[in-house]
Amino acid sequence: MTDKILTTENVRLYYGKKEALHGINLDYDQYGITALIGPSGSGKSTYLRALNRMHDLNEGVTVNGTFLFKGKDIYSPSTDTVELRKQIGMVFQQPNPFPFSIYDNVAFGLRISGMKDKAQVDEIVETSLKQAAVWDEVKDTLHKSALSLSGGQQQRVSIARALATSPEILLLDEPTSALDPVSAHLVENTLLEIRDKYTLIIVTHSMSQASRISDRTAFFMNGNLVEVNDTKKIFLDPDQKETQDYISGRFG
Amino acid sequence: MTETNELVFNDEMPERYLYEMDEDKHEVALSTSDLAVYYGGDKLALSDADLKFERFKITSLIGASGSGKSTFLRSLNRMNDSVARVDGKIMYRGLNINSSDIDVYEMRKHIGMVFQRPNPFAKSIYDNITFALKQHGIRNKAELDEIVETSLRQAALWDEVKDDLNKSALALSGGQQQRLVIARAVAMKPDILLLDEPASALDPISSSKIEDTLLKLKDEYTIIIVTHNMQQAARISDYTAFFHMGKVIEYDLTRKIFTRPKVQRTIDYVNGNFG
Amino acid sequence: MRRLFDDELADLDTSFKEMGLLVAERLHEAVQAFLDHDREAAQRIIDDDKAINQREIALEKKTFEMIALYQPVTTDLREIVTILKAVSVLERIGDNARNIALSTIAIKGTKRVPEIEELIGSTGEIVAKMVSEVLTYYVNDDARGSQSMAEIALDVSQRTAKIRDLAVDSMKLDPELVSSSTDYLVIGGYLKRTSDYVTDIAEWIIYKRTGKIVELNPGQSSFI
Repeated sequence: MTDKILTTENVRLYYGKKEALHGINLDYDQYGITALIGPSGSGKSTYLRALNRMHDLNEGVTVNGTFLFKGKDIYSPSTDTVELRKQIGMVFQQPNPFPFSIYDNVAFGLRISGMKDKAQVDEIVETSLKQAAVWDEVKDTLHKSALSLSGGQQQRVSIARALATSPEILLLDEPTSALDPVSAHLVENTLLEIRDKYTLIIVTHSMSQASRISDRTAFFMNGNLVEVNDTKKIFLDPDQKETQDYISGRFG
Repeated sequence: MTETNELVFNDEMPERYLYEMDEDKHEVALSTSDLAVYYGGDKLALSDADLKFERFKITSLIGASGSGKSTFLRSLNRMNDSVARVDGKIMYRGLNINSSDIDVYEMRKHIGMVFQRPNPFAKSIYDNITFALKQHGIRNKAELDEIVETSLRQAALWDEVKDDLNKSALALSGGQQQRLVIARAVAMKPDILLLDEPASALDPISSSKIEDTLLKLKDEYTIIIVTHNMQQAARISDYTAFFHMGKVIEYDLTRKIFTRPKVQRTIDYVNGNFG
Repeated sequence: MRRLFDDELADLDTSFKEMGLLVAERLHEAVQAFLDHDREAAQRIIDDDKAINQREIALEKKTFEMIALYQPVTTDLREIVTILKAVSVLERIGDNARNIALSTIAIKGTKRVPEIEELIGSTGEIVAKMVSEVLTYYVNDDARGSQSMAEIALDVSQRTAKIRDLAVDSMKLDPELVSSSTDYLVIGGYLKRTSDYVTDIAEWIIYKRTGKIVELNPGQSSFI
């Protein structure tokens, strides 16, 4: 168990009384990309959001099960969720930069946590934008509004913002579904660049994206984890018939 | 040996290739010539668009954001009128519909549009479809009922909603909403259906239902669809046009675009090689 | 900007070329062993055939994986398909080298016909060279060069027809030559078939380059 950065066991999630996740067991090695695939309503995004307690704010949602991040209980009452979300960051489907400069977007999390040293902030902003593979495109316009960027650039700045707080895990909820293929490709390349340093968990509707970039794929359906395995295995020879049908586009 | 002797190794690749549709063999439903679109007075967004669309076929328009494909699509039923200047001709049934004396409202009954985000009215399923019909003076309940059923069947939604036509359209899933919007467009009995990324906000299962719907509809409609999903274009369309930086770079049969395109830029794009 | 796919394709390409060079070398050695009546060398070739088969399986496995993970189209698809098709042809050429080696070991006749053996030797050289040449065309994406394989194949088939005629003549002439002449016939057949295989690979190179499926093999003689 020691080599797992994150383990989730018997995850059950309820909207009111209705059980939406029926006991998910899934754990993650450090580094690499895990893709969560499945139809709408399969529970994959619901599950992803449970990993950094995004459901806390929704009344009527109950999360049960064991979530251990480096051996520590994510849902322990003593867990500081702000601190948790710095370590387990989230990038959403729609690029969501704040309506201020590119620089301030990336520096946001650092300032919240009280970092004042200008040189240090400068350095982290640069490193994060470089890691997110958007530095070359924005380095001369760091003080322009992030909203003036293209969708793909905004999404990479969102990734940089998440990276700035030095997370260990990055959760990505359909990060390219609002982008055209070229921008999506740039975001995919960013993920491939950083997968050696971070543990990435990505929800995607694009099976070709999952097969292109992920090391491991988990297939969800009706609130269950049907199958998880090496991406190669899932796309060449999955064990379950439901997985086979879904990835071949047989939705009969 | 005869066959190999005919082989020509063409080292020079063209910069642009537009399939010449033989109008004796293919019925053209809509065509554009010298179409150019300017935003904000003089900013050229699209130029030299000369395309012919075959009747009862599906044509996909592909290309990156900003390539001009959506601008082109929206020009086809004059959706750009208020934001852009559109030069050139759009020929439909012998008429240039890009001229000031065309009744745009009437024209859009023939050339309908479905958008990326499903946009049903906050009304019942039934009223969503009958709303425009009533405005066009159809009041007969039996007739309206029939059109509702036919349209929903054509959009492959009937079986899922027939028992609850008075349910709010907003209670439907995203994929169902999108098929409802298609049914709404079809109810007007257009000739041509324009679709702007109709499945990009949907999951693969809903998306595949939309694709099935379009494949059924092409028996009776000419369909032009903008899509970011190249596999979708390859799966459902008969013709594909690749747009790049405001120009149509290549237009050909879909099976050629995805096996043997003639222009290097097209090869790179469909290969996902966006260097 | 490079794609992951490009890196994997480059690796695949390298393994394919390596396998091709290995096969060309084996074929060359097999013909030489036959001419030298070198049974030990022949046995080594037979033992090594497994290595070629393993390479084929590894390459096929990799192509299946790349198709499943990347769903390639156009030029990407053609490269993968070309390797997939050509690799099984290479494996069959490897089998022919093994078969020639088997004949070398099984050979019974002690009396030989130098004229035929010389012709087998020179034809074997040509065919082995065809294999390495077609690989060069593959590397250079040279469709015109590939097309020129048809002419060489025609020459080979005239040579193997000659081997056949000479072998039949020598059988008529001297019953003691029947055994060795039968081997000449068989080996002539392997060489002819190998040259046909090379034109198959050439056809796939043309496909890779142009997307057109062509028939380069004149197909004017059947066995030899």
